[in-house]
Amino acid sequence: MNLLAQADTTGRTLTFTLFVVMVAATIVITVWARRHTRDATDFHSGGRGFRPWQNGFAIASDYMSAASFLGIAGVIALSGYDGFLYSIGFLVAWLIALLLVAELLRNSGRFTMADVLSFRMRQRPVRTAAAVSTMSVSIFYLIAQMVGAGALIALLLGIQEGETFLGMDAATAKIAGIVLVGLLMIFYVALGGMKGTTWVQIVQACVLLGGAALLALLVLADYGFNLSNLLGDAAEASGAGAAFLEPGQRFGAEVAGDATATMWNKLNFISLAMALVFGTAGLPHILIRFYTVPDSRAARKSVNWGIGLIGTFYLLTLVLGFGAAAIVGAEAITAQNPAGNTAAPQLAEAVGSNIGGSTVGSILLALIASAAFAAILSTVAGLVIASSSSLAHDLYNSVIRRGAASDREEVVFAKFAAIGVGVVAIILAIFAQTLNVAFLVALAFAVAASANLPTLLLSLFWKRFNTAGAVAGIYGGLISAIGLVVFSPVFSGNPGSLLGEGVDIAWFPMSNPGLVSIPLGLVCAVVGTLTSSESRPDRFATLQVRALTGAGSERAVKH
Amino acid sequence: MATTPTRDGPPPTATDDDLAAMYDDPRFVDLKRRLFRFVVPATVGFFAWYVLYVLMSAYARDFMGTVLFGNINVALVFGVLQFISTFGIAWAYSRYAAREYDPRAKELHDEIHYGGNAR
Repeated sequence: MNLLAQADTTGRTLTFTLFVVMVAATIVITVWARRHTRDATDFHSGGRGFRPWQNGFAIASDYMSAASFLGIAGVIALSGYDGFLYSIGFLVAWLIALLLVAELLRNSGRFTMADVLSFRMRQRPVRTAAAVSTMSVSIFYLIAQMVGAGALIALLLGIQEGETFLGMDAATAKIAGIVLVGLLMIFYVALGGMKGTTWVQIVQACVLLGGAALLALLVLADYGFNLSNLLGDAAEASGAGAAFLEPGQRFGAEVAGDATATMWNKLNFISLAMALVFGTAGLPHILIRFYTVPDSRAARKSVNWGIGLIGTFYLLTLVLGFGAAAIVGAEAITAQNPAGNTAAPQLAEAVGSNIGGSTVGSILLALIASAAFAAILSTVAGLVIASSSSLAHDLYNSVIRRGAASDREEVVFAKFAAIGVGVVAIILAIFAQTLNVAFLVALAFAVAASANLPTLLLSLFWKRFNTAGAVAGIYGGLISAIGLVVFSPVFSGNPGSLLGEGVDIAWFPMSNPGLVSIPLGLVCAVVGTLTSSESRPDRFATLQVRALTGAGSERAVKH
Repeated sequence: MATTPTRDGPPPTATDDDLAAMYDDPRFVDLKRRLFRFVVPATVGFFAWYVLYVLMSAYARDFMGTVLFGNINVALVFGVLQFISTFGIAWAYSRYAAREYDPRAKELHDEIHYGGNAR
């Protein structure tokens, strides 16, 4: 017996109904957007006509995944303060996007990250490398989200082992959840393109932020808006006391009597912090959002909107996490989900029940469940459009067809690419279901930080940078980030590893590679550059004038 | 050219050479300097501030656990300050860019697209 299962069939039907209403609304949006999507600029960049606030909401929606909503609230509920460390890294990272990347990328590129990287390089090798890294980041992120989605839908609909809903048992419901999320993201992207996806994301950001804000408000009201009392209750209920409100419960743990283990734990935490702060501005699905606005000033304003929304959201999750620790309690949360992912929904039900009995509890639960569902759908849709744009624009048109494909051919290819990526992600997620894939989000950030950001910044600011440098930087960062994780405790050597305890190839002591792979990616890019004599100062002059003044940049389409 | 009727429609196309020609113009050098003058110290500053926070979270836990009042400790205040500094830098950058950067960038943009006398 558990909390969610008590939310009888009425609550379950309510949750289910809200899901259906939200999905129906997004389907209507997608069908509408399809009629307004004509050429490649519409498909990849939504016609570049979005207003800053609209793009800001879509940016927030792309970024606020299930990992940051349910995941961070769960980490705070179970490990206290350390969940907050995640939020801070995720938020502060936006300053790199704002100060160094968004405007210059908007001015100098067209549809993808590779447009900027390849501007003064030989097209084919650079675009191939960029497509490979875009696909790696997106697929890692997609699998993590979709596996989470499957488990979550089963949990949120309250289907436990031995129970059924609409004739599905828990295992079937998980697979159904993955397939449903997969089909919806394919539908949004293949039909609606960037225009449809953006509007869907705007709606979903409102659902997510509205749900989180309402629940946080109710929790705070419960404590007479006295945060200190809330924290006190959370610390007491956790059993850890004041330590619950301090860093160290989860990250950088101190192992008594083992200085080496303590050192690696702390370095591992710093490594994660670096991947978070440098990764954001290298995530392809975030980068392509800057192309959806008319000019670089609008890109700047949309990042400001994004920072405001994302920051507010993380402050809300702080309240939700500590609220769940205080009101629901760690025992009830881990009974439902050992990782704590159900902390926020359980909190919704508990708070609602306190206010107006089980009916209000069910309504609040349904609302938060929909918010979580919105968080997953908007992030996966963003990842699919980033992958399909890169496959169509970089790999198909520029590499295979050498730039000879028409607009129409590129869009048709992109739609099939979206279906292909979606199907692959569904299959991989179904197979990965039983594995512990939580590390994949951190890995996606590490790859973005090691392979994408250094090459992006060097191509915008370093005159000497060239093809060999870009290619070496991308592959160097990509291979070192993935390689180090393969030889880390994540993959083998302990009971929680992907391959189990039996296999032990782990010689790299940290599960987060960033501290090593980010500098390594940068070194590869620099050394690669110096080994080649290629240098095109005229193209660099064009790129920099274009990036800084916006002259020659892509315009919004007027239909 | 006193009037520029083309301004209502899309601007005339600028070639890559038109753009490259602007690179050595003192006004472009000045534009770049104005951008870097804000962006470089702001980036170095926020990163140092963030690293300080991360390092203190890892190595100065006793200090981070110092209670200020009620159940509010240094760690929480430090964390919230990271939020405030992020919002503050974003706001300051927008103000700076609107005042110091955008008008000059637009001037160069228009000159590249419409030619030198098109004001």
